[in-house]
Amino acid sequence: MVAKRIIPCLDVADGRVVKGVNFVGLRDAGDPVELACRYSASGADELVFLDIAASHQGRSTLVELVRRTAEAVTIPFTVGGGIRSVEGITELLRAGADKISLNSSAVADPNLVAEGAQRFGCQCIVVAIDARARRGPSGSPEGGWDVFVKGGRENTGLDAVAWAKQVVALGAGEILLTSMDGDGTQAGYDLALTRAVATAVAVPVIASGGAGSIAHIGAALGEGQAAAALLASLLHDGVLTVEQIKTELLAQGVNLRPLEPAMAG
Amino acid sequence: MLPLTHAIGLIDYGMGNLHSVQRAFERLGATVLAVGDQAGIDRCDALVLPGVGSFDPAMERLHGSGLVAPMLQWCAAGRPLLGICLGLQLLFEASDEGQAPGLGLLQGRVTALPSSPGHPVPHMGWAPLLAGEPSPLWPAAVPTGVPDAADAWMYFVHSYAAVPRAPRCVTAQVAFAGTPITAAVWQGAIGACQFHPEKSGLAGQHLLQRWLAWVASRP
Repeated sequence: MVAKRIIPCLDVADGRVVKGVNFVGLRDAGDPVELACRYSASGADELVFLDIAASHQGRSTLVELVRRTAEAVTIPFTVGGGIRSVEGITELLRAGADKISLNSSAVADPNLVAEGAQRFGCQCIVVAIDARARRGPSGSPEGGWDVFVKGGRENTGLDAVAWAKQVVALGAGEILLTSMDGDGTQAGYDLALTRAVATAVAVPVIASGGAGSIAHIGAALGEGQAAAALLASLLHDGVLTVEQIKTELLAQGVNLRPLEPAMAG
Repeated sequence: MLPLTHAIGLIDYGMGNLHSVQRAFERLGATVLAVGDQAGIDRCDALVLPGVGSFDPAMERLHGSGLVAPMLQWCAAGRPLLGICLGLQLLFEASDEGQAPGLGLLQGRVTALPSSPGHPVPHMGWAPLLAGEPSPLWPAAVPTGVPDAADAWMYFVHSYAAVPRAPRCVTAQVAFAGTPITAAVWQGAIGACQFHPEKSGLAGQHLLQRWLAWVASRP
């Protein structure tokens, strides 16, 4: 049985980290590669880079960033943000990314998921789903979750669970599931959403959005049945370290890759 | 540390990106040459056969680059070769994934991972190795089977696994759907791993270091 995973996520734009990262002793707190190495050394199992600018002129910078990351980092990493074509997927995989994450472009052209999976194998095609609890006219929850795209600005009207099943049938090897209700609140992952998707598909689901404590992460991996937990500000702001999270969850008996001797202590 | 006089030849046949493997060896002080022909192979002390993708296209490209005969000669002369991921599978006689014969350097067949509820294929992620027959890649001294032995944890991405005819060549296994499957093999001067040491953090680095040390220790 493969272990559950702890995955730091770095938002980048034009080759730089967007949100400030609170690490002691960094030479350049804005350099994604240096941060990636730090997280890898601290016990992260995988990394995600999201290009939030995803501008046309930023593409070559992103490819260069991926190349530098692949040379320096010794754990797998995923790249997402504004990838709209098989050529775009090819370019980033060639540069050394292990997986590509598709979000709005998968909604706009579901065939991109199928083509990417056929060409490169489903293990390297991740579909990112931004979901928000469906609400009636009165604002009360109606049950179910809607899929949003374009950075959460546009409701597609797609049902998150149905969409997850559809992309897995097309060849997605993993789902990166973000609760927009939870994102930034530090009030915990949306466990109902996570479990609904994780039990509906046979591929791993990465829970994202809302982590505020180690207990939240444990709940996503346990009750939520997620295969991995994505973490951003909780790590970047220095509230918790990967070492702390893993040490405590390992003590609770969660199936995680142990810390390397150099990381522990 | 490996003396810099030893050259590690990374077989470049257009299957997957060589960057990560090349850098992993360079970090350990090795001199790495990307080799694509007989002349390139002749300059090396040891060869690495990486590979991401599927069996038939990989064999096709190996044949197309004229690398098959030099590799077979290399191994017949008892010189060191390390296969990684698809590079392990190509060493065997055949695979469920395709029709093409493999290199046949190791006897046995590559079979599809069983489909079993709750155990998605591809088998992807971190898992601890189980010790097999001790080898330079996986000596008896490396702790395995104990969950807190970080050095036993490797990163896997695969849908097929080798079933060697000689069980003695299995130097490490990994549990999949409750059954041990081949994770690493060793026979003569040929070693190979199904997982990605170049993506397996310090544990992977240590494994590559052991192999380099073995290469350097050969007369």
